[in-house]
Amino acid sequence: MAEWMKLKDAVSALVRDGDCVALEGFTHLIPFAAGHEIIRQKRRNLSLVRMTPDLIYDQLIGAGCAARLTFSWGGNPGVGSLHRFRDAVENGWPAGLEIDERSHCDLANAYVAGASNLPFAVFRGYAGSDLPNVNPRIRTIECPFTGERLAAVPAVRPDVTVIHAQRADFKGNVLLWGILGVQKEAALAAKRVIVTVEERVNTLQAPPNACVLPSWVVGAVCVVPHGATPSYAHGYYERDNRFYRAWDAISRNRTSFTQWLERFIYETDDFSDFLALLSKSQDKAAAQ
Amino acid sequence: MTAAFSNEEMMTVAAARMLPDGAVCFVGIGLPSTAANLARLTHAPEAVLVYESGPIGARPPVLPLSIGDGILAETADTVVSTPEIFRYWLQAGRIDVGFLGAAQLDRFGNINTTVIGSYHNPKVRLPGAGGAPEISSSAREVLIVVSQSKRTFVERLDFITSAGFLNGGDERQKAGLPGKGPVAVITDLCILRPDRNTRELTVSHIHPGVTRETISANTGWAVRFASACEETAPPNAHELEVLRALKARTAAAHAEGEAA
Repeated sequence: MAEWMKLKDAVSALVRDGDCVALEGFTHLIPFAAGHEIIRQKRRNLSLVRMTPDLIYDQLIGAGCAARLTFSWGGNPGVGSLHRFRDAVENGWPAGLEIDERSHCDLANAYVAGASNLPFAVFRGYAGSDLPNVNPRIRTIECPFTGERLAAVPAVRPDVTVIHAQRADFKGNVLLWGILGVQKEAALAAKRVIVTVEERVNTLQAPPNACVLPSWVVGAVCVVPHGATPSYAHGYYERDNRFYRAWDAISRNRTSFTQWLERFIYETDDFSDFLALLSKSQDKAAAQ
Repeated sequence: MTAAFSNEEMMTVAAARMLPDGAVCFVGIGLPSTAANLARLTHAPEAVLVYESGPIGARPPVLPLSIGDGILAETADTVVSTPEIFRYWLQAGRIDVGFLGAAQLDRFGNINTTVIGSYHNPKVRLPGAGGAPEISSSAREVLIVVSQSKRTFVERLDFITSAGFLNGGDERQKAGLPGKGPVAVITDLCILRPDRNTRELTVSHIHPGVTRETISANTGWAVRFASACEETAPPNAHELEVLRALKARTAAAHAEGEAA
């Protein structure tokens, strides 16, 4: 059964140095609050998995939490580059980053394999691409029935998956809706699951086919309002495009990034503290 | 009479015209999304727009900034998970047209969005594959829309992320890729189509006011022109009006979202 916890305690209890960690959410419901808490608690040597690293992994990589990254598209959506990710890959700062690069189709299938407790995923992909030449995990298999050559990749099995959702009830049953990405698969593929939610409700009132994670597949559930900011939570708040654009300048050089990290993460106690500071600094920027 | 228009508007309009009404189109973010939505708002109201984040049949009133904007989910016929999009819809062969952008491409329509320089010690690390390798292989046809320059249209790719015609001829077929591959590349200068035999991208249409010299100067290989090379029809008043209104609505909506 899911245990209601403070995010600080959930990260402290369930995320360990050296873990394989997936913080998922496809543009929508990205668990930023949990990402920040992992940075605050100075987790190290993590193997991070995420289809779109987005700003959340740019922050974790720049803060020195990651040793390895499995991903399929590493840009700042609608803006450009992830500068901390690039600095790690191109220059080894703050540390070298081993990369395990895939396509979206591959990682989506690899999560399904993990959730299905299968050792590998099989799909029609990568024909003619150079990716299999540089990533030994991408292999081919012959269909035993037709002889067709198909791509095969190992299942993704995170030690911990973290997702953000709209609601959970008192028992810890979790409901999410809108763009679902791979969150359900990522949660079911993991040994341990942390879910942050916008709010705790008496009953989910979910229609029969809604995307619900039953309480008993979730380890910890934490109320973190606005916990996906600057991404969005459908029905609650919009994407903060201004932050995505501002990140380009903040993350472009090591000094401005380190200052941001110090001020916005290490010197804040928790996510509500971070949000208050962010709102103050955005008001100030808007007034200028 | 035609109104004044920019090269970028010509590119978007020319790309939009390529999408047939009723086609099921897998849409990349940015230029492809702009062109596909322009098509939907002009000659192709029944085009089905599929985004890799899960929306099928999206009809966004404004352009999404990211591939997973809420407006796509709210206006779609249905929203499925990302594994389902790639498994049941793309891999299963339900996509007529894959609409892609590119960081770099070569004369055979192969695309690089991975690295400049060597893979293990890159000069520039690009964002990577996203959905493109499987879109370019499984969609029945591929349209590529990209601004043309020597930096983008290169003699030799450092890395093939997504396959076009590989080394040309029948190599793509031999490699077992199910779809036909790129049927057109639409740029801000011209339209290129693969030669029937060699599969080399060849200029078939030149946009109004653009010279052959300009196209050659912005291509990293000795680009060929089809013998029956034509001038692209300029954007008509309706196309321009719809495109400009779409862009204005988009700018206003995103500015409003930020003020809230």
